Amino acid sequence: MRSSGYATDPDIRELVAFRTAGQDFCIDILSVREIRGWSRPALLPHAPTYVQGVINLRGAVVPILDLARRLGLEPIENTDRNVIIVAAIQSRIFGLLVEAVTDILSVPATGVQPTPDLASDITRSMLKGVVVQEERLIRLLDVGQLLPQFEDAAA
Amino acid sequence: MVGFSDLKEIFFVEADELLSALESGLRAIQTGAEGGDTVNAVFRAVHSIKGGAGAFDLKALVGFAHRFETVLDDLRGGRLQPESALINALLHASDHLADMVGACRQGLETDAEADERVIVQLELQAGRLPGAEEEGFTFEPLPMDGPFSFGDLGVSTGQTFLIRFRPHASVYASGHDPALLLRDLCALGTAEVTLDMADLPQAGSFDPGQSYLGWSIALTTTSSADEVHKVFEFIDGACALEIELVDRESPPSDQSLFGASSQTTLAPSPGGSEKASLLPTPERPPLPPPAASRNLAAPSPAEVSPTAPGKGVAPASNNGPRPTIRVDIDRVDRLVDILGELVIHQAMLTEAIEQSPGFGSVEVDRSLDQLRQLSRQIQESVMAIRAQPVKPLFDRMHRIVREVSMAAGKSARLVTEGEATEVDKTIIERLADPLTHMIRNSVDHGLEVADKRISLGKPAEGEIRLSAAHRSGRIVITVQDDGAGIDREKVRQVAIDKGLISPLLELSPQEIDALLFLPGFSTASEVSNLSGRGVGMDVVRSEITGLGGRVGITSQRGQGTILTISLPLTLAVLDGMVFDVAGQTLVLPVSTIIETLRPDGSLRHSLGHSDSVLDVRGRCLPLIDVGTALGFRTSLSQGEGEIVVVVERGDEGAIALMVDGIRDQRQVVIKGLEANYGQIPGIAAATVLGDGSVALILDPNDLAAVANAIPRPPIQHAAE
Repeated sequence: MRSSGYATDPDIRELVAFRTAGQDFCIDILSVREIRGWSRPALLPHAPTYVQGVINLRGAVVPILDLARRLGLEPIENTDRNVIIVAAIQSRIFGLLVEAVTDILSVPATGVQPTPDLASDITRSMLKGVVVQEERLIRLLDVGQLLPQFEDAAA
Repeated sequence: MVGFSDLKEIFFVEADELLSALESGLRAIQTGAEGGDTVNAVFRAVHSIKGGAGAFDLKALVGFAHRFETVLDDLRGGRLQPESALINALLHASDHLADMVGACRQGLETDAEADERVIVQLELQAGRLPGAEEEGFTFEPLPMDGPFSFGDLGVSTGQTFLIRFRPHASVYASGHDPALLLRDLCALGTAEVTLDMADLPQAGSFDPGQSYLGWSIALTTTSSADEVHKVFEFIDGACALEIELVDRESPPSDQSLFGASSQTTLAPSPGGSEKASLLPTPERPPLPPPAASRNLAAPSPAEVSPTAPGKGVAPASNNGPRPTIRVDIDRVDRLVDILGELVIHQAMLTEAIEQSPGFGSVEVDRSLDQLRQLSRQIQESVMAIRAQPVKPLFDRMHRIVREVSMAAGKSARLVTEGEATEVDKTIIERLADPLTHMIRNSVDHGLEVADKRISLGKPAEGEIRLSAAHRSGRIVITVQDDGAGIDREKVRQVAIDKGLISPLLELSPQEIDALLFLPGFSTASEVSNLSGRGVGMDVVRSEITGLGGRVGITSQRGQGTILTISLPLTLAVLDGMVFDVAGQTLVLPVSTIIETLRPDGSLRHSLGHSDSVLDVRGRCLPLIDVGTALGFRTSLSQGEGEIVVVVERGDEGAIALMVDGIRDQRQVVIKGLEANYGQIPGIAAATVLGDGSVALILDPNDLAAVANAIPRPPIQHAAE
């Protein structure tokens, strides 16, 4: 089932699907602020490798995470075609660097399956579940889990 | 329409100001620095609080203020002498009044027992029977005395004269005072005086050499018309004077004759008391209670006394505060935000124009320059709005010193300097807690007890000196005591006992002093009520650091200790030097930079394995490569790090920073990193440059520490 319409049914979740490091992911549309092209970030000293740096988002200084590195995958190639998904969790705003946004999915609550046991701990801790769509396996990210590591970065 | 709760909030805001005036007035009396009006001002403050409190039905407050005021009235009337014991009791009562106002503000009940105790203490000190005069406790506007004595107001027989009296300017020029005439008139009988201010011009066209005021007096007296005329004898011809006899039963109703825009009625006060009251009804007929509280800010009635117009000065403009408006701080903050955007976009515009083909035209250049200047002026003006003198903050510290010295059984006084120094409001607010703690510490730990001080040949009373000053783009606040100084042996021992340092460690005096800022450190032999309740100097330091400031400590055994806080002027914009390191653009605060140079290779010396120092005209400074310290590179290539910026680090001395190239000096808007990321060692904040990219602002103080923490594994960055 593929839809770009609005979900009026409260049981339907809308998810933004994207691709990076050869895998499909998605996050809840409610945590997405905007999607924008790549711009060169300013490096942050002594930051974890997956923190690319910070960019200016209309006056706010926003950190950019390379999602592939965050999940321990092969780092993606740096090209201008990459996009940044700006997400907000509580009051914190950050950008996820991915290769491309593919879709907006409308998925019923029952469409999200629990993460299979096979996945490694680090992967599992950051996934809320998986969605199977047209023979693709799309990993639903737990956006909040991507963040706590910032505390370590700051230390 | 202003709501009742808003009015109440206005009352509390004004009460705070009045309390502060009360306290500083009492202190002035204590130190003998009072002027003629100080006692009156103190009295007025308490009275106005009582007035406002009455309007909001805050009974406890009214009751306390009333009894407080009664004692002050005795002081004012010369029936009491300002002895130090009495002044202390007054100060104590003023502190308590402040607490009560604070409690009422939060909608809490005050502790009636404590209220009673404090006020009784004061009344005993003043030689009054506690609670005496309770029956006279009605709530009226300010009773008036001073040079005005209305004589026997009990006269009820005789005839009534209606006197219209308008002195010419020459009356004032020759040194006559209408107040004295009015007093003499009042001595003849019962007088009802109406002030006519109809001719009073707008403030702008006010000429102090002119006469604008007139009075109409309804005088009921047994004296003859001649006697009434005699009162005006000396200024006969220099004034417009009409005296007519009117029937007793028809008191003067013709008040519109003088415009009667403002009335000051002299009449026996309701309770049949001997006092006369000057009923102030500014601008309007009697006001409903909530509105009355708004008038707290207006010059209080006693200022409108006839003693003032010595030269025909209008009461309202006499010594009044400069006109001010109250603005919600959010609106100013919004302005600051917009301004920040303006500065960024102005930089963007400049950059875009400089790169466009048409650049170089004189007009464009001039306009850009003008724009730059204007935006800087706007910025300075906005910052000036936010800037406030530190005086209110310093004033609060007097109370801290009083309380702490009393509780610690010490005698101490606070001397303040540079109270007019202006600091950003946010900084002032966030400075209150750390400063309180520092003052507490100085009294509690710094000063010796009186006996010991005397035996050491010091004055029994300890002195805490609190000063503020602007120094090279920063605010420097110092807290200096003349106490025992830091007992370094003891400090070291405590640190060892608490496991904070190793017993084997040899420490320099400065390093030992710095131990005081370690978390979990407290030297007080016994944990007192005051200091040492878990919050230590480490909290002070972290709060000051959070404001972009530094705390330093210096101490001389037996001479005292000096704590120094250095703070940025503002939290919003700074002058930065933009430079490049390892392909990254960074900013250094200009205020920290001493000089920039391109040193000869021979001036660099290696120390040990990886450290190096730079010889700057005979001074060896630690040399740090910014790129390496921040982990952007592990070694220098050709052409990198050839420029050296010497920066100052407060007490720790200067360091030399190696950078690749200096670009520009410009104003940058400070953007916090904490909200979306977290604190980064060596980085104070970030900013947005003219091209829209982000640049980090370095913190040179931290940077040295970060550099020392190397070696660490080089970090691979995805963006490289």
